[in-house]
This record gives sequence, structure tokens and C-alpha cells, in this order.
Amino acid sequence: MLNYTIRRLLVAIPTLLLISLVIFLLLELAPGDPMANVPLTVPPEVKQQMREALGLGEPLPIRFFKWMTQFFWIEPLNLIDNIFGTGFAEGELRVISWQWRSSVMDVVVQRLPQTLWVVGLSYVLGTLIALPIGIISAYKQYSLFDQLGTFVSMIGFSVPTFFTGVLLIVIFSVNLGWFPSIYDTTHVVSDWSSFVFQLKQMIMPVSVLALYNAAQISRFMRASMLDNLNQDYVRTARAKGLSERVVVLVHVLRNSMIPVVTVIALGVPQVFGGAIITEQVFKVNGLGQMLISAIQANDLPTVQTLTVIFAVLIIVFNLIADILYGILDPRIRYD
Amino acid sequence: MTDIAQIEEGASRSQWWDVWDQFKTHRGALIGAVFFLLLVLVVFLGPYVWTLDYEATNARARNLPPSLEHPFGTDRIGRDFFAQMLKGGQTSLAVGIAAMLLSLFFGTLVGVVAGYYKRLDGILMRFTDLFLALPLLPLLLVIIMLFRDPLRSAFGPETGIFILIVVVIGITSWMQTARIVRGDVLALKEREFVLAARSIGTPNVKMIMRHILPNVLSPIMVSATLGIANAIITESALSFLGLGFPSDFPTWGRLLFDSTDYLQQYPERVILPGLAISLSVLSVNYIGDGLRDALDPRIRGR
Repeated sequence: MLNYTIRRLLVAIPTLLLISLVIFLLLELAPGDPMANVPLTVPPEVKQQMREALGLGEPLPIRFFKWMTQFFWIEPLNLIDNIFGTGFAEGELRVISWQWRSSVMDVVVQRLPQTLWVVGLSYVLGTLIALPIGIISAYKQYSLFDQLGTFVSMIGFSVPTFFTGVLLIVIFSVNLGWFPSIYDTTHVVSDWSSFVFQLKQMIMPVSVLALYNAAQISRFMRASMLDNLNQDYVRTARAKGLSERVVVLVHVLRNSMIPVVTVIALGVPQVFGGAIITEQVFKVNGLGQMLISAIQANDLPTVQTLTVIFAVLIIVFNLIADILYGILDPRIRYD
Repeated sequence: MTDIAQIEEGASRSQWWDVWDQFKTHRGALIGAVFFLLLVLVVFLGPYVWTLDYEATNARARNLPPSLEHPFGTDRIGRDFFAQMLKGGQTSLAVGIAAMLLSLFFGTLVGVVAGYYKRLDGILMRFTDLFLALPLLPLLLVIIMLFRDPLRSAFGPETGIFILIVVVIGITSWMQTARIVRGDVLALKEREFVLAARSIGTPNVKMIMRHILPNVLSPIMVSATLGIANAIITESALSFLGLGFPSDFPTWGRLLFDSTDYLQQYPERVILPGLAISLSVLSVNYIGDGLRDALDPRIRGR
């Protein structure tokens, strides 16, 4: 198992480097100049100095290397400093946003909780809804429940989240006035009534994302259960006289969970990406909203950092999915 | 005698008739196909019947509710909303279909080459894995931010953005097709008819064109439907985030985005484009579902 994990890890590192390079090159080679907004009255020598101060004068490989050390060495050190109050990264140059004039990572740390709460909660909720639906629809294939479930999940991933979100706002905020349409991120939970308010403002964004996630996961669960229900070992289990409950919920479910667990793990980073839209609909100022505003302000360091963070998330969760697969299905390890 | 006649008749039927027979039994898929065809017809032929100009403003007829004259009402500067929906549908569907074709082309090319030529397999599949590990939506946004202005000045505002969006969606959605096609090609290569074709000296290109490609057509067709659905959603998401087409150029996503500011007063203007996007994606997904069942010989004939 250790051997397998190490092998996976060794594959992940070059992938991460390559993706960082792709993102770096994309932003480097793109037309568009950070100095474009500097007034024309500024003399060219000064402009050149500004360019060098921004680190734009040096050759490409050096800049890539510097950026990588900044991102993967100095920023984590800063994180350690922040947590333990040490001084490892003192005096080191950090990735500075052109828009906020402060470290990108500091802004990310401010924005992260909002995204994590909304996205994380909706993913957990979506999974919890999806698994029983998938199990029951597979067990009672072609029943009314199955057809209804299939139809709802078809709708769930055909209707884009920006439409479900807007629709919920129209119904529950505009017409019924139950929930606020805009997510207030400055809200602090201090007592019962503020907790209720927090709950109210989270219901809509969370349920939009949860519906979308549940739709996908329940289909996977159903397909995987169906694959297993007709296997020989199920007949053996029944022939042994095990109760139907044990056969389905222990024997079949365990084996069907193998691919589903990896799908769930692989879906986590996708959800972060997809949350960009939901955050925009409900005006949650999380990471997605940060990316959009950075793109509109042409703030390259922020865009780079966020894109790489998303890439790191994808690779980490790919790794987790691979390792989980290895744990759950020993045959995979000896490939 | 009757047996022979039946067998002969059965033999003369191409497999596509069987596929069609199976497809017909999937009610959702049939409704989806009819609906999608109808939608395409209405959107592309509609402007010849509904001759109001989608760009014509009318200061006296602003924000009208739906009426006989304007079935979907008018917007804040008095443009007929129905005409805009038709025009928007043309763009959205055109983007969806064009992006799907591009992604199918890439996907099939990579899949067939990787499956057929063993030497290229490793590197091409690494390349596919790399693309799968990219954060796609953030990258899409970044690419559009970076290349919007140059392309706009090179091809004009509408064509430039059209090309950009189609290309960007195409090059970020081919990976699934490539994987599926490669798997099928690998299996096909071991079959006897390929061996027979090789033994009479069929060159590689002809082999791929005549023997491999027709046999991987079914997974490609299923990916095609999923590709359209994906492309329509991505395009409208981009428009919704304000990074798609310019605001005077309607697409369904753009119309939805522009109308969210007037959500409280005129909710129908948000709901109509949203409904159009959702229904077209839903119908395409149902077509895909039906096709997958119809093209799977294990299910067919049951």
C-alpha cells in the first residue's frame, strides 16, 4: 500500500509542475499588459523601472522559478508563521495582488471560509441525499421511485445552477419573502436569532449546489449498484440465507461504493469551480467571486494564484481518489 | 420458404434500423428528439415568420408585459423580447453545435491515434490526463479575459467572440471522448476483420477510415449529444458571468444575465431564457440517454 501511495505521489508532482507551467505560460504569453493603465505622460524610463519592479524584465525561466518558490515555499512558510507565530518567512517577497495592494494569500484566507461553508455543506448534503436515492432506485429498478428519481436527477444536471439559483430567488425571496436573496458575509453568529438568519441565508445557495451534486452522484450510485446486484456473489449471499437487508446494505453496497467513493472525491474540486457561478448568483464573496473580480480588474497575480490553487485542489483530490481506490479495491494496487 | 424470406429481409436491414427501433421505445428520448428538432426549426426559421427586428428599439414600448403584439413583452429599451430570444437561440445552439463538432474532432483524433499507434499511446494519454487535471472553468474565464480583445479587433466583435468561445469550449471538453474512443479502438484492433484487412495490405489511413472509424461511431454519437449539452451550458455560464458575448448581442445566457437586474419587476424575462436553456439541455441529455441504450447491442431487442 505504501509503495502504491508513493508511486501515485510521484506521478502527481510532475503533473502539478506541468499544470503550473501551463497556467504561468498562458498568462505570460497572452497579449495584454499590466502597464496598459499607466498614463501616457509617464516617461519611458520610469515605465521601464516600474516594469522591473514588477519583475517583468527578467527572462522567462527565472521568472517561473521565482514564482514557483514564492508560491510553493514562501507562502506555506507564511502560513506556518501565522499559525505558530514564528518568523521563517520574514522579509521574503510575497505574491502581491495588483488590485488590493496586499498579499493574495491573505485575501484568499479571508475568502475561504465563505466558500468552504457554502460549498462544503452543499456537497455533504448532496452526497447524503444522493446515496439512499441511488441505492433504492437500483434495488427497485424501473419502479415509480426509480423513474421519478431518474427524472429529477436528469433535471438536476440539465438545469444550470445559475437558473435554479435565480428561480429560487424569484420564488422564495421576491414572491414569498422567506429568505434574503443576497448572502450577507459580514453577518456574525452570536445568538439564536442571528443563527437562524445565517441558516436562512444559507438555505438557497446550499440547496442549489446540493441538488446539482446529488443529481450526479445518485446516477453513479444507481449504475454501480445495478452492476453489482446481478453478480454471482449476491446469489451466493442470498443462498446462504442472509437477510435481504444484509445482502443489499452490506455485500452489494460495499462493492458498489468503490467507484462511487472515487467519484465523490474527484467531484470536490469540480464543485469549487462550479461554485463560481453560485457565488455570483447569491453574491457570496468567496473564492469564485474573488476570481471573477480579479479577472475583471486584470489582476494577474491573483488570477494566477487562484487558478493554481484550483489546480492543486484537483491534483490533491485525484491523489486522494487514487489512494482510496487502492484501499477499497486491493486489486488496483498491483497494476 | 418464409424463414428464408425473413432471414433475407433481416439481413437487408442495416443495423441503423434496429437502432432506430430501439430508440423509438425510449419515450423520453423520442420526446427529447422531437422537441430539440422543433426548437432548432423555430429558432432558425422563426425570424422569417416573426419579422420584428431584434435590434429595433422603441422608446414608446419599453418594458411592456406579454401581449399579442409582443408575445414575450419588450425589454428596457423597447426591443421585442421574442425576437431576441430567437436570435439568442440561434447563437446559443450554433455555439453548442460548433463547439461539440470541434471537441468531437479533437477527441476522436486523439482517441483513434492513441488507440491505433502504440508508440503514441503513452504520451497522448498523459496529455489527456493533464487536460483532465486542469481547473477548467477558471481557465476558461482566464483565456477569455486574455484573448477577448485581440480576437475582437481581428475578426470584429461578434465573430471574434464566437470563434473564441467555440474554440475554448472545444479544446477543454474533448478528453472524455478521447478516452472512450481509445478504449474502443484498442479492443477493435484485436478483432479478426482488422487482421484480415491488414493481411491484404490495407494502409493505416484507409484502415482507420474504413474499418475503425465506422465501428467507433456509436460512442462518438453519444459523446456528441453530451457535448452539445455541455457546450450550451458552458456558453450560457460564461455569458452569465459577463465574460461571453457583448451585451447588445443576445444569447440565452446573456439575456438571462441582463434580466437578473430587473428580477423583481419582470421575472418572466429571467425565466424564459432560463427555461429555453434548461429545456434544450434536458432534451439533448434525453436523446443521449436513448442513443446509449439504442446503440448498446446487449440492451437492444429486449
